[in-house]
Amino acid sequence: KESKRAVNSILVDDDDDEEEEDGVERVSWSGEPVGSISWSVKETASSIRSGSEQSFPKIDTTPSLSKQGSGYSLSSLFKGDLYDLSPEETVRRMQKGRAFSLEKFRSLQDKLLLLDEAVAVYDGNLITAVLIYLKKSLSKEILFRELMARDVALRHYVHYLKEMGEQKLLVELMKALGRTEDMALMQYKEHLNIKDEGQRRDFLKSCLGLPFSQDDATHVQDHYTLLERQIIIEADAEIFKKFPRKASILNMPIITTLYYSCFYHYGESEGTYSSPENIRKTFRISEKQYILTALGARAKLKSWFDVDSLFNTKNWLGYTKKRSPIGFHRVVDILQKNSAPVNVLQEYVNLIDSPELKLSVALKYKCHDIVINTYRDLKDRQELVVYREKLERDSPEYRKIQELLNNVQIRWKN
Amino acid sequence: MAHTEWKDAPGLPDFSLLKRLARDQLIFLLEQLPGKKDLFIDADLMSPLDRIANVTILKQHEVDKLYKVELKPIVNLVNADKVAGRFRRYKIIFTPQKFYACETVLEEQGVYGDVTTDEWNFYILPLDDDILSLELPEFFRDNFLEGDQRWVTTAGSALRLLQSVYGSFSKVYGIGRCAKMVYESWRELMEDGEQRTRQPEFAKVFLVDRDVDFVTPLCSQVVYEGLVDDLFRIKCGSVEFGPDVTSSDKSIKVMLNSQDKVFSEIRNEHFSNVFGFLSQKAKNLQTAYDKRRGMDIQQMKAFVADELKGLKQEHRLLSLHIGASESMMKKKTKQDFQELLKTEHSLLEGFEIRECITYIEEHINRQVSMIDSLRLLCLLSITENGLLSKDYRSLKAQYLQSYGIEHLLTFANLRQLGLLEEQQAGETLTVMESKVGKLVNDKTVGKLTDAFSSLAKKSNFRALSKRLALVPKSGEEYDLRVPRDMAYVFSGAYIPLSCKLIEQVLERDGWTGMEEVTRMLNGQEFAVTEARSKTDAQRIVLVMFLGGCTFSEISALRFLGKERGCRFIVVTTAITNSSRLLEALLDNSA
Repeated sequence: KESKRAVNSILVDDDDDEEEEDGVERVSWSGEPVGSISWSVKETASSIRSGSEQSFPKIDTTPSLSKQGSGYSLSSLFKGDLYDLSPEETVRRMQKGRAFSLEKFRSLQDKLLLLDEAVAVYDGNLITAVLIYLKKSLSKEILFRELMARDVALRHYVHYLKEMGEQKLLVELMKALGRTEDMALMQYKEHLNIKDEGQRRDFLKSCLGLPFSQDDATHVQDHYTLLERQIIIEADAEIFKKFPRKASILNMPIITTLYYSCFYHYGESEGTYSSPENIRKTFRISEKQYILTALGARAKLKSWFDVDSLFNTKNWLGYTKKRSPIGFHRVVDILQKNSAPVNVLQEYVNLIDSPELKLSVALKYKCHDIVINTYRDLKDRQELVVYREKLERDSPEYRKIQELLNNVQIRWKN
Repeated sequence: MAHTEWKDAPGLPDFSLLKRLARDQLIFLLEQLPGKKDLFIDADLMSPLDRIANVTILKQHEVDKLYKVELKPIVNLVNADKVAGRFRRYKIIFTPQKFYACETVLEEQGVYGDVTTDEWNFYILPLDDDILSLELPEFFRDNFLEGDQRWVTTAGSALRLLQSVYGSFSKVYGIGRCAKMVYESWRELMEDGEQRTRQPEFAKVFLVDRDVDFVTPLCSQVVYEGLVDDLFRIKCGSVEFGPDVTSSDKSIKVMLNSQDKVFSEIRNEHFSNVFGFLSQKAKNLQTAYDKRRGMDIQQMKAFVADELKGLKQEHRLLSLHIGASESMMKKKTKQDFQELLKTEHSLLEGFEIRECITYIEEHINRQVSMIDSLRLLCLLSITENGLLSKDYRSLKAQYLQSYGIEHLLTFANLRQLGLLEEQQAGETLTVMESKVGKLVNDKTVGKLTDAFSSLAKKSNFRALSKRLALVPKSGEEYDLRVPRDMAYVFSGAYIPLSCKLIEQVLERDGWTGMEEVTRMLNGQEFAVTEARSKTDAQRIVLVMFLGGCTFSEISALRFLGKERGCRFIVVTTAITNSSRLLEALLDNSA
């Protein structure tokens, strides 16, 4: 802060046009340096919007990657006479960027030589080029079989299929390779392309039988269940128009859904999908996670009573006791972030086990009573004196310290 | 305290040559299509293009309007025109090179005959005096996750370009599968070309794969430039500072390189030193301004003519960096940075791992940050050689609950790369080593899953760390104001593995004596002497990072350079940090 003040206070008398002279970069209203390419692009765009230029065809932004293979051949790249080249020589030509023809390699042996040569020179671009040709000129069974023995080529082929969006072929390939889990994941991934939540839910349901690993199978099941319930909750909220919601919970993570539920549906019976208890049970949420989320939601709503109940447990004698799976200092942090009143804060600060931590938190959040009591218990007179100076002259805390200091019965250590 | 130039530092080669070459090539291509033309630029290409050829130059070559292309619907554009009966000429310029797969798409979409294609071999963008970038962030995922070697020749071509402009390399060292391929590719390219006999400007080259050291890019950065990148995202050597930094309602884009005198003095500094330095500078500035008071007219005129402009410039830069520092401090205290660093240091050291796991678990439960939670999980996995099965499953489940179940796809990617995995039962060091040895040798049919998982690195961080003394002994005081080794870039807690390897290899002029280390890194190391060279060229070393390099590593190398009396030029496929690295591996959106 000091430095900032120092810099800002530097007085400059000569306030003439500093723009061009001192090499300051002129910046346009959008923050882009004038004359840069991004500035020029924006200028073009805005002038079009203002209709001053001829209108340009709207650019369709859907990806244009092909899905179906058509009768493709690389010979169209080829310009000139047919050279009588071996696979090795052809690969050399490809490396140099010169025209070439793969079409003349019709025997399986030649094709594989071509592929192996491309792999030998490490060039992914060439490997893919040869694979494109092989894809069109070999049956997929033969190609898969040959790729199984060539892992570098195989990786390139998988990547090519992914980039081209050839989902069906990919799945078949994975199956042929026996990579069932990868196959399941690839199919599952398709759900990301489905925008409509109902369709997405149905798609997820169809994924349930896929050969995921045991853990992933559970996760996918949860994903389906979650979306199914989110759709129902949204629909109910819409019908009853009870709650003003800022954003949809569709496709939100489980914890976010739980938070929403603790916010709007707290205390509902376990029978409804929207109740926190139901969500907790269905998705096997840990106690720690649950309390953290519920705390956040109820604190935001300033429901201190609800917060209190979260931590009440009965011990074996039947007495109510406060317990927390997350440290009480964390609880205090969250309460403080939600502007909890000091008396509420103090209650939880008091529950912090470690005395050092308790003191540091109390100091941080100005819980005067706790600080005072702690110093009193530690019999630390000096600290009390120091702390007193931070307080308002006539406040009850100030007077409390005065009383303590005047108490002759206390045997101070300093 | 500030690392200024030392007296007999070897001069750096002039890399603006590379910019001019690229620009001339582009102009040549543009002139192939005479007459007025509109230029459509791929979004990722806009910043690099701006550094090479700005709007004025483009306009000089009859470029009329400029448009940005977000996805790649060129084909749709051409087809739409055809349907509308509009006739235009199209040229598609691929950079840095054209892929056959692209031509296939053009052909399949029926537009192959309607366009001409060209390559603009724009391989290297100088980001600063000692940083060269290939601006290929996709390199990392394509090469290391997908196993696609499409960029190998690109990297080889970049090396060839450097060699043809700046002279032959005499010694090449490297480690990593990709490094080896790039080297071979480069050798192949050199064989065809002419031999230049000019004196080399740098003699030694070091190639290193990103996956040799995953730990370093996963750590939070604490040197100034690294922090700016982590928090504000430096793009192509420039950064956008928002209103909270500029103290106005405007954002501003700033170039961050050695031209910025203030920045160049603080960029490599540990952030604890930055404030002190900036306040001192502010005081000096005030003193310089105050000089005016005692001046007469003559002196005043001289002052205004000579000094004032420089002072104003410095004033502007100073406020900017002070603003940035304050903004960084605010963000960091909010996120409880100290606790985060403590956890990272514990992981690096191998100390109180259970507490670290608890911290990470809470980080996930509180939904603090999707990327950061993932980063911590990966750091835990790499330093601990994988998570215990129960921890892996529990933390994964909690992560999916907090950030979305679709992330199970991300987890699959991380597992494949070896960034986040389960410890296999019975996985002692010897068992692993023999397994790894077997994978490297065994190429027989049927080892399908092995073929894919062999891409993943199985390295033992703790053993490496011990062997190379990467983690200084705790208990000893580390004075950040006077750093004694490269560990200062991580507050004295850890020396970047990649940089340590470079240091050791240069010292030994090869890999002798490091057999144990290379074994732990899965081998693939090499050292080749190409030719002899004059001694002075020995003092400049080119380090090429394949898969990305962080500002922390660049700062560490600058420090190392000073220690050894040499200069490092960093060539990287892209500047990276933990966010970029992990974002490249996310698979949670279409």
